Amino acid sequence: MNTFRHTFARLATGIASATLIASSSFAQTTEVPFYFPVAVGGPITKLIDQFAADFNKENPTIKVTPIYAGSYQDTIVKALTANKAGTPPAASVLLSTDTFTLIDDDAIVPIDNFVKTDDDRKWMSGFYKAFMLNSQIGGKTWGVPFQRSTVVLYWNKEAFKEAGLDPNKPPATWAEMVSMGQKLTKKDASGKVTQYGIQIPSSGFPYWLFQGLTTQNDVILANEAGTQTKFDDPKVIEALQFWVDLSKKHGIHPPGIVEWGTTPKDFMEKKSAMIWTTTGNLTNIRNNAKFDFGVAMLPAGKKRGSPTGGGNFFIFKKATPAQQDAAFRFAKWLTQPARAAQWGIDTGYVAVSPAAFDTPALKKYASEFPPATVARDQLQFAVAELSTHDNQRVAKAFNDGLQAAITGSKTAEQAMKDAQREAERLLRGFK
Amino acid sequence: MLLPALALLVAFTHYPAVATFIDSFMSTPKGNRPSTFVGLENYRIMVEDPIFWQSFRNNLWFALATIPLSVGLALAMALWVNARLSGQAFLRMAYFTPTVLPMIAVANIWLFFYTPTYGLLEQIGGMFGFPSHNWLGDKSTALGAITMVAIWKEAGFFMIFYLAALQGINPSLREAAAIEGAGRWFFFRRVLWPLLMPTTIFVLVNAVINAFRMVDHVVVMTRGGPDNATSLLLFHLYEVGFRYWDTGYAAAITVVLLVVLASVALAQFFLMDRKAHY
Amino acid sequence: MHAEAPTYRVPLWIRSLDHIGAWLLALIWILPLVYAVWTALHPQEFSAKFVLTAPLTLENFANAWKAAPFARYFLNTTLLVTLILGSQLVLCTLAAYAFARYEFRGKNILFSLVLIQLMIMPDILLVENYKTMSQLGLIDTLFGIGLPYFASAFAIFLLRQTFKQIPNELVEAAVMEGASTLQILWRVFVPLAKPVYIAFALVSVSYHWNNFLWPLVVTNSVNSRPLTVGLQVFASTDQGIDWSIITAATLLTAAPLLIAFLLFQRQFVQSFMRAGIK
Repeated sequence: MNTFRHTFARLATGIASATLIASSSFAQTTEVPFYFPVAVGGPITKLIDQFAADFNKENPTIKVTPIYAGSYQDTIVKALTANKAGTPPAASVLLSTDTFTLIDDDAIVPIDNFVKTDDDRKWMSGFYKAFMLNSQIGGKTWGVPFQRSTVVLYWNKEAFKEAGLDPNKPPATWAEMVSMGQKLTKKDASGKVTQYGIQIPSSGFPYWLFQGLTTQNDVILANEAGTQTKFDDPKVIEALQFWVDLSKKHGIHPPGIVEWGTTPKDFMEKKSAMIWTTTGNLTNIRNNAKFDFGVAMLPAGKKRGSPTGGGNFFIFKKATPAQQDAAFRFAKWLTQPARAAQWGIDTGYVAVSPAAFDTPALKKYASEFPPATVARDQLQFAVAELSTHDNQRVAKAFNDGLQAAITGSKTAEQAMKDAQREAERLLRGFK
Repeated sequence: MLLPALALLVAFTHYPAVATFIDSFMSTPKGNRPSTFVGLENYRIMVEDPIFWQSFRNNLWFALATIPLSVGLALAMALWVNARLSGQAFLRMAYFTPTVLPMIAVANIWLFFYTPTYGLLEQIGGMFGFPSHNWLGDKSTALGAITMVAIWKEAGFFMIFYLAALQGINPSLREAAAIEGAGRWFFFRRVLWPLLMPTTIFVLVNAVINAFRMVDHVVVMTRGGPDNATSLLLFHLYEVGFRYWDTGYAAAITVVLLVVLASVALAQFFLMDRKAHY
Repeated sequence: MHAEAPTYRVPLWIRSLDHIGAWLLALIWILPLVYAVWTALHPQEFSAKFVLTAPLTLENFANAWKAAPFARYFLNTTLLVTLILGSQLVLCTLAAYAFARYEFRGKNILFSLVLIQLMIMPDILLVENYKTMSQLGLIDTLFGIGLPYFASAFAIFLLRQTFKQIPNELVEAAVMEGASTLQILWRVFVPLAKPVYIAFALVSVSYHWNNFLWPLVVTNSVNSRPLTVGLQVFASTDQGIDWSIITAATLLTAAPLLIAFLLFQRQFVQSFMRAGIK
């Protein structure tokens, strides 16, 4: 079959020659194809294009070409498909939780390989510790934090006022969240709820928001090696029961699965007085909410806590050494404080280093818009996003369990025990 | 004459399909571990995979609902449009609109219709005093909601084929039937239905293939949730193949899917071949 | 269109039931489009509130237009669909002709090999086809997106079916006049199969107009990406769904097709009708 394919290839080369000529004329420069997970088009692509153009100007021997590949999921499909075909990008921004998948597929190289000077080492130690948790595995650093986020609570100050609550005091504990939620839940004459007190989305990737609850209940879901989960820990079950009870017992949370995508809209439509969602929604809500709102850290259970989220910068193994080296320089260049600060201001992601928060630009922005620093302040309580070997599958088993408990088809205990059993089966081969 | 078409088919269908078939007996390669022959291991995993069976059941229900309903509605639409009711042009356009609206965008609009408390369905239901319901967030209604979107998307498309067939039917047949005092139902059953048979089979083939091929709306609206209540076979296959990168197992699911579809389709072709000769 | 109304007796109440049913269905079917128009034309705060006095705005369209190079995407999709359809018609006509009119060894086996493609999920062949494309250097070209689809088993099957029914006398008459094989094909077979070509074109265009995953994987730049990939800007729900912009973009992308259908619906349906698809 392969000979056939080659003959076919030769036949078709004629048709394709135009494209080949176009791409071979830059023989002197190092090409760095760089996959980036934003939907195709839109304002973020303009920022990245600008970054790449500036970098290429400063480094005439390198040509970074950003390739926009859609959502995170679309991007990893694209990157791994290309990798399996033997033509991976030199670098890509992908979910930090996919690190295990990328390592197990032998697709990426550790960043440490390129850290040679003192300046490099200083740069590597400059990131927030919380963001490095998902990047370092087995003593090696596999990814550079780039676009990172955490979960925060948004609250509607007007609704707080109407309910007789202090509009400037968000809930600080679970108990307060429940008691405030009860005051904020409004019903019409027929008993139908017109405004819920609190809403935590549970579609798609409920584990991420649930990890806020488990961290607050003082339990870590998986070990650092990514080989052992604790889904059936009593504290996990207790946290899940709390989530289920928000709707079933207290009636302050919408029943059934709450769609992630509609949650900001639910908040803006005043259907929910408090929501949990990513810091990445800040700009959207700021532009579109017709009322005064606040952003707060998630309330504390036994303690405060939230997972981090978002994407890291990875360098691919099958790229040439020159490409890898160029990609490394680009990553370092991108995360310099001034650029990290600008990136944070423009996108709503959390700037990745304390130095970035010390830049004049970000200081000025934070003084004008204080919610921008909430996510940073929460980082001291943040834990790594759930990530294990065979991550997508383990997360899926966990998600299914969460949804089963929320929709009431299983008890919290049963759901978590099932999820744990499945996770153990999946992780058997990695121990 | 055959060569160009066959060469392309072999290059982009048979060669990869055979590779898939072989892969279904191999383990999934991971990094340094090359894939090895594992016999029926992947098929054993499939038999023991509850999500596979749930997707299978879901897909069966999905197919059982979408195929007859979309084809039936398509026929009704075509008959109505053909019957010169008032506002015929509007009716025809209304029925046809779903065909030109891309699924990715339309799924988001349907998401709004189904949203609890302020979604369209809720606002209309609220006027009549119905209680609030989370259509996509409840395991018992999510699959139904997804099915509705698929029927909506397909019926208008199929209508076009029926409409074309109806307009090709000689009007004198209708007059003759009327003279003999045949009722409307009788005319439909004894005259129209047999004449429409080739179209029906053509549409059925498409409906069956689509029932196993439509997943865009699942990806946008529920991602298979809640708790796999809306997971369809192709969606499960997509997850195994492109989220878990378990190529061996994905190949096994593909092979099963192909066998199921092949038997359905071959039966239909057999029928089509016969009917076309009358 | 037939001028005479049906002449068999239809009681008035059934006639009214027809009207009610047809209109109700039409209203449900057009609802997403109505919603899209409403939401696209009003500020975001009205996307879930239907107040007649809501102010009108074109800002959503401006924002959607700015979000991605839709004009270019539109051109790409149009070129792509035309390219695929053109190649399919030429290649599959030749293949179908060979299958229908010639006897040769292994014909049935070859034909079953063709039919296999109908059941194969193109999505799962992604990785293999990507390998082939990158060896051919066709990544990120329109030609590369289209190539795997140039040979369509469905078209070959449909056309073979039609060609087989064409009476031998017609062919013999043409041969008597000294027509070559290609001339016979072009003058006798193709015109007689016109309805089949139109029906297939509709299926093919609507499939490739909506195809998403393969184009996403195989394209890297604005120069080759089709509309569906461009619409993806609004489909990723990381930031929550902004219906105002999604609906505006949906209308922008669907408008040319919708308008074309409105303008040409009569001709469109009539061209089917001329021979009736059988």
